[in-house]
Amino acid sequence: MMPVESALQNLVPEISIRNLNFYYGKALALKNINLEVYKGKVTAFIGPSGCGKSTLLRTINRMYDLYPGQHAEGELIVGGKNILEKGVDTIELRAKVGMVFQKPTPFPMSIYENIAFGVRMHERLSRNEMDDRIEWALTKAALWNEVKDKLNKPGTGLSGGQQQRLCIARGVAVKPQVLLLDEPTSALDPISTMRIEELIHELKREFTIAIVTHNMQQAARVSDFTAYMYLGELVEFGKTDEIFIKPQDKRTEDYITGRMG
Amino acid sequence: MNLRNRRKTINVIALGLSLGAMAFGLFWLIWILWMVFEQGIGALSLSLLTLDTPAPGNAGGLRNAIFGSFIMVGLAMAMATPVAILAGIYLAEYGRNTWLGNVTRFVNDILLSAPSIVIGLFVYAIYVAQVGKFSGLSGALALALLVIPVVVRTTEDMLALVPNALREAAFALGAPKWKVIMLVTLRSAKTGVITGILLALARISGETAPLLFTALSNQFWSADLSEPMANLPVTIFKFAMSPFTDWQQLAWAGVFIITMGVLFLNILARVVFRQQSAQH
Repeated sequence: MMPVESALQNLVPEISIRNLNFYYGKALALKNINLEVYKGKVTAFIGPSGCGKSTLLRTINRMYDLYPGQHAEGELIVGGKNILEKGVDTIELRAKVGMVFQKPTPFPMSIYENIAFGVRMHERLSRNEMDDRIEWALTKAALWNEVKDKLNKPGTGLSGGQQQRLCIARGVAVKPQVLLLDEPTSALDPISTMRIEELIHELKREFTIAIVTHNMQQAARVSDFTAYMYLGELVEFGKTDEIFIKPQDKRTEDYITGRMG
Repeated sequence: MNLRNRRKTINVIALGLSLGAMAFGLFWLIWILWMVFEQGIGALSLSLLTLDTPAPGNAGGLRNAIFGSFIMVGLAMAMATPVAILAGIYLAEYGRNTWLGNVTRFVNDILLSAPSIVIGLFVYAIYVAQVGKFSGLSGALALALLVIPVVVRTTEDMLALVPNALREAAFALGAPKWKVIMLVTLRSAKTGVITGILLALARISGETAPLLFTALSNQFWSADLSEPMANLPVTIFKFAMSPFTDWQQLAWAGVFIITMGVLFLNILARVVFRQQSAQH
């Protein structure tokens, strides 16, 4: 891995990962990962299936806690604290680190309630404040104009692309510092994908974004930094332009040029 | 015969056989329904709802039996449903691969297939024989024991069908587990769970065996749960076996009422379930 310090003078790390190992039972899935996710930037994780990029993302909000037998070792520092330690309040952590998944997952409730759901977990708002928050979140997710007249309709009635933007709005509404996007467009058509990519450009003004994607063009389009992972290792990490134009590692080059993957 | 014709012939034969099998099954079912209709409709009258079960030769109805059935079935559902839904939640959300969960699931499956007369005898032994008296409460208890395994099973199955992605999405927003279950998982599975409850209700509405040893029956009006209580199935059993034609008429009327009730519940369950399928 090449040091990239020289180019990163005014970058502030939002998340620092140090010597991270991740296990599914006894199987080592992430091997000694070290990297920084910078504040206000989009960091893309690319690599062939099974390389551990989703696993890495799910470590950042401790999603793996839901499954006994999975555990992580090392340091993963968010807001000055190692969130891998025992006794970390995962509810508080997930208020800071939101996540959007591969498939749109609207809850079986109205559009309004879908967004209010997460907000209510962390804040007590008056009806007016909640209305404002919901409009704000839906506007951020570029969905407000399409749904403002049917906020009481079920979220499941929206199209796939709208559902995914609803899920983004739901994540944004909690006002996290970081948004984790786990292949957010892989179940969507090209036009919905384009809208979500535009959205990512808008969202990075206010949120730090980490995105896992199978689509290298997408990584090139939306991200400032790219991490290439292979077989549980971080092969190369750096500015997206540099990774795509002159990768330092042969394996990265092979993947990017389509010789492998 | 070339290959394509051969395939066509086999197809026709297989289709014919399965149609025949279906006709055979439907034949009896329709015959039964027809008979219930034919005999039951003639026995219907308003006095069924206004008069209690009579002595042979007197005018009478089924008021006390219908009332008793409603009370015991209602009480049984009220006792069993909350317990069963909670147990189903435990099995699906907490005990999926635990020792306790697996044992509970196994025991529940045994209960599910236990003959209802065994349940009746069980309640007789632990309750009726101890108190020394047949009672409406013991009848409701026996029916409740029949409801629990059905609802536990459907609740667990319906919750298991909820995609994990939905749970993860709720957890990712910082929701604690109980809120994820109550607000998201259970709500997604709601119509399936309701369907299970309706099917259990349909099942116990016509159960006779567990009531024979518990509520027994009562010739007279009684709303006292500590006394023997009239109910439709046992009344039908008693009246249909009797040599009196007016009692037999009442039995047919009872059969008609139960059959229509159960048919209605089954149709309702299907409608409810279809609504859910349409949503997805």
